[in-house]
Amino acid sequence: MRRQWLAKRKNPLKVQYKLEKAGVVMAEKASGKAPRHLGIKFRELGLLVFIILISLLIQLRNPNYLTLENLNDLVRNAAIMAILSVGMMLVIITRGIDLSVGAEVALSGMISALTVAAHPRMHPVFALILGTIVGIACGFIIGFLVAKIEIVPIIASLGMMNVYRGLTYIISGGKWVSANQMSTGFKNIATSSVLGINTLIFIAIIVYIIFYYFINHTRTGRQIYAVGSNPESAKISGINNIKILWMVYTIMGALAGLCGVLWVSKFASAQGDTALGYEMNLIAACVVGGVSMAGGSGKLSGVILGSLLLGIVNNALPLINISPFWQNAIQGSIILFAVIVNVFVKRRMDKKTLMRRNI
Amino acid sequence: MKRVLSTIIAVVLVLTTLVGCGGTPGKPAAGQNAKAKYALIVKSTGNPFMEKMAEGFKKAVEEVGGEVINKAPDQPTAEAQIQMIEELISQKVSAIAISANDPDALQPALKKAMDAGIKVLSLDSAVNKDSRIVHIQQADPEQIGRVLVQSAVEMIGGSGEISVLSATSQATNQNTWIEWMKKELEDSKYKDVKLVKVAYGDDLRDKSVSETEGLLKTYPDLKAIIAPTTVGIAAAGKVLTDKSLKDKVYLTGLGLPSEMSEYIESGVCPWMYLWNPIDLGYLAGYAADALAKGTITGKEGDKFTAGTLGEKSVSNADDGGTEIMLGAPFKFDADNIGEWKSVY
Amino acid sequence: MEHREIIAKKQFDLKAFFFQWEWILVLLLIIVNIINSSISPYYMDLKSLMDATMTFLDRAFIVLPIAFVMILGDIDVSVASIVALSSVVMAVSYNGGAPMPVAMIICLMVGTLCGLMNGMLIVKFKELPAAIITISTQIIYRGIAYIILEDQSSGNFPDWYQALGWGYVAGIPIMLLVFAVFAVLYGLLLHKTTFGRSVYAIGNNITASRFSGLKVDKIKVVVFTLAGFMSAVTALFLTSRMGSTRPNVATNYEIDAIAMVVLGGVSASGGRGRIIGTIISIFLVGLLRYGLGLVNVNAQIMLIVIGLLLVFAVMISNLQVKRSGLQYKNMKVQKAENEN
Repeated sequence: MRRQWLAKRKNPLKVQYKLEKAGVVMAEKASGKAPRHLGIKFRELGLLVFIILISLLIQLRNPNYLTLENLNDLVRNAAIMAILSVGMMLVIITRGIDLSVGAEVALSGMISALTVAAHPRMHPVFALILGTIVGIACGFIIGFLVAKIEIVPIIASLGMMNVYRGLTYIISGGKWVSANQMSTGFKNIATSSVLGINTLIFIAIIVYIIFYYFINHTRTGRQIYAVGSNPESAKISGINNIKILWMVYTIMGALAGLCGVLWVSKFASAQGDTALGYEMNLIAACVVGGVSMAGGSGKLSGVILGSLLLGIVNNALPLINISPFWQNAIQGSIILFAVIVNVFVKRRMDKKTLMRRNI
Repeated sequence: MKRVLSTIIAVVLVLTTLVGCGGTPGKPAAGQNAKAKYALIVKSTGNPFMEKMAEGFKKAVEEVGGEVINKAPDQPTAEAQIQMIEELISQKVSAIAISANDPDALQPALKKAMDAGIKVLSLDSAVNKDSRIVHIQQADPEQIGRVLVQSAVEMIGGSGEISVLSATSQATNQNTWIEWMKKELEDSKYKDVKLVKVAYGDDLRDKSVSETEGLLKTYPDLKAIIAPTTVGIAAAGKVLTDKSLKDKVYLTGLGLPSEMSEYIESGVCPWMYLWNPIDLGYLAGYAADALAKGTITGKEGDKFTAGTLGEKSVSNADDGGTEIMLGAPFKFDADNIGEWKSVY
Repeated sequence: MEHREIIAKKQFDLKAFFFQWEWILVLLLIIVNIINSSISPYYMDLKSLMDATMTFLDRAFIVLPIAFVMILGDIDVSVASIVALSSVVMAVSYNGGAPMPVAMIICLMVGTLCGLMNGMLIVKFKELPAAIITISTQIIYRGIAYIILEDQSSGNFPDWYQALGWGYVAGIPIMLLVFAVFAVLYGLLLHKTTFGRSVYAIGNNITASRFSGLKVDKIKVVVFTLAGFMSAVTALFLTSRMGSTRPNVATNYEIDAIAMVVLGGVSASGGRGRIIGTIISIFLVGLLRYGLGLVNVNAQIMLIVIGLLLVFAVMISNLQVKRSGLQYKNMKVQKAENEN
């Protein structure tokens, strides 16, 4: 009798709350809880583990893999992909896609190479600026088509890809620009070092720092995520969708233009079919890095790891002495595997989050 | 109602098309354009080697008074070339010269052309013997294979490890040259020379670079790279230059003088070989004309005059068909690269 | 008692009827024909036109199921690789001793299996958009083809097999006949069966479809399996056209297919489009390419022309959607007015 009276006296809501908390704690303990702050990195953790595993396997097969020289080559080769992946990530976050990246790289590379060939005394920085401007123009057009005319991104970029590629061939007159036509300064863009790090890697680091700040600490950067997450509510809440979409494709174009110059400098040759089909690599890098193609989510850390994984695959395949005919199948399987691992990790993470909330 | 309207309009469309077909004189008047049309199909567009070949072909065709048609697909695929062959058959050309993306896949298409009376010949990249009348061989593949190995061995001083950087694994000419390289290496005087790997750069700049870097890392004692592909040799040249491996790892192969002049002058690649694509196209043009006019039939022993190249004759080829030889491979080294780098 | 008339059917509006996207395509087709015949005397020849159809129809078989996939709201970029793999397996089986008809059936089976695999992966991993899964399977399938055939070509098929891709029956190319049959079948499937209606429903609103009891997963699997099957059919004809096969055949076919589907009026976000549109666009692009090829236009220029055509076509199609949306709003307002 006394117990019943006591139970009624205690505030029923408070009792409920206490029970809830107790339940949560029990649930967490039961599921072997992970501390909450790790949950943020959890998605990329799976990828990181995968990369380490693969690296170990490769090292077993060819001990030359984990050498400073090889790792340097690896990162250098992956630098261009890493820079472009940032742009692609922004595009994918807005639920779009940009298939014209390869063509933009080729066009800007060809234009800057031809200019350098015609004016050998031009400072290489001007070449970089010229290439970036060409890229901005290309991206601007696509942004216009997608944002203002509301053409579906896959079509707009597919159509313009053809146009830019065609222009590249026409401008080059069917010829290549070779190493001997390029000034030493131009070729040095890719081979020189700044502060002891190779220039390409240096530029990639700067790009990442700039974009890290832009995405995480500016309003426009956060708005990109909003537009991708839910375009209708973004529009209603006052965000200018058109401006954001336009900007995202222009950024992609700018980065592509920059990388065009870097590419041509790195290989000391500008061809009409440069970077043909390269956009697939970028999409793979983003997807492996956890960028959702449904839009709205994606982290720079994931993209870095994604580009790294792809760079490793490209670097390691020649090292492990596998018949070249197996390379395709292996590449595809690695991508599929990494993506599926990501899915399982995400499912587990979602389940945990749900359990913490659910009573 | 909608259904009826659609059907009526569809029928009207079909009728107009048919009427259009019947009404227009489908073929141009015979006397209008007596110029014979000679067509060249290259492997892909935007390739300077192909462009120079087309230049030579054009020169030859214009010298014999014909009209030249040049077709280049934007992707190096066999399907695109099949489409172009169909288009040429419809245009009723007299001869088709083709540098093929696939030696076997064009057979039905080219057979159809030959059945329609068009003379078919191949150059640079051959088609199989049933798809052509004659092939224009740039240089004896045996000679190419052997001389490349001989050069590499000479560069490394007689012993050591060498490797090959090729294009795509299915390119017939690549594989033929590599076969001959291996045969040359069977000779006892190469007992201290080892071919460690054949890598495939797929004619892609970035892949060729990674393959080269892979070779250098996996075989630290590597002394020479033979790259019988213009993209591969240029990529390898850049890698060796960037890593300052001149005089430690030697490079030779088949390369474009314009692309390789920098590496030959610096010594990374002491010398290399190629042939003149302009002459190749030129010879093909004259051969096409000779076939069309009936001067030669493609049998062994046929002779004809190929403009400034002089008299050429048809001989038997390794694949069972016949071929016309252009000449010996040409050596490019530091002495003559200066004059050639602006030609092609 | 008031007599209320419920307008169940929209009045037949001649202007709206002709403004449909498919009629604009027909108009473009006629324009292309006119341009082609005026620039080349070789165009308007019935035999060479028939031959021309065979050059682009080999791509056309995949376009039909891709239309389904895109109406669903998904995408499938692995079709070209399925073509390559089926073709390679067929060639290897034939040269390994199987009789030709058996090899052809094996080809169809391989294609169907690959499509089935695609479908199952997509349905099992719902978080992953079909784009990603098919990008990976694209690389894997072609990779398997490379492992099987390496750098060789495989062929030497019997003579009658060659007739598939090059031959005629009663004056019409066999490929055209088979394509017509498939086109009719797919058209009926999409527009006249519940399956077809379900596909539209899923494309418009997948969650609502699921909750309405539609077996979304099963339908998706079927659609992707169909894509695989048709890729195998493409492989049959393509291999016949080439007389031999290698692992690198059918490169970039998927891009062409997607472009033609979108040009035909299927919205890339799903839920809209008709088969007749895709068929017309196949002929439109094919004949345009052929006509330009007859006057030996540069491949680069053709690239630009087709690219621009695609962009403008979708631009106009977008205006269409806005227009019909407006019409619907107007119609609703009218009905409300009528009832007052």
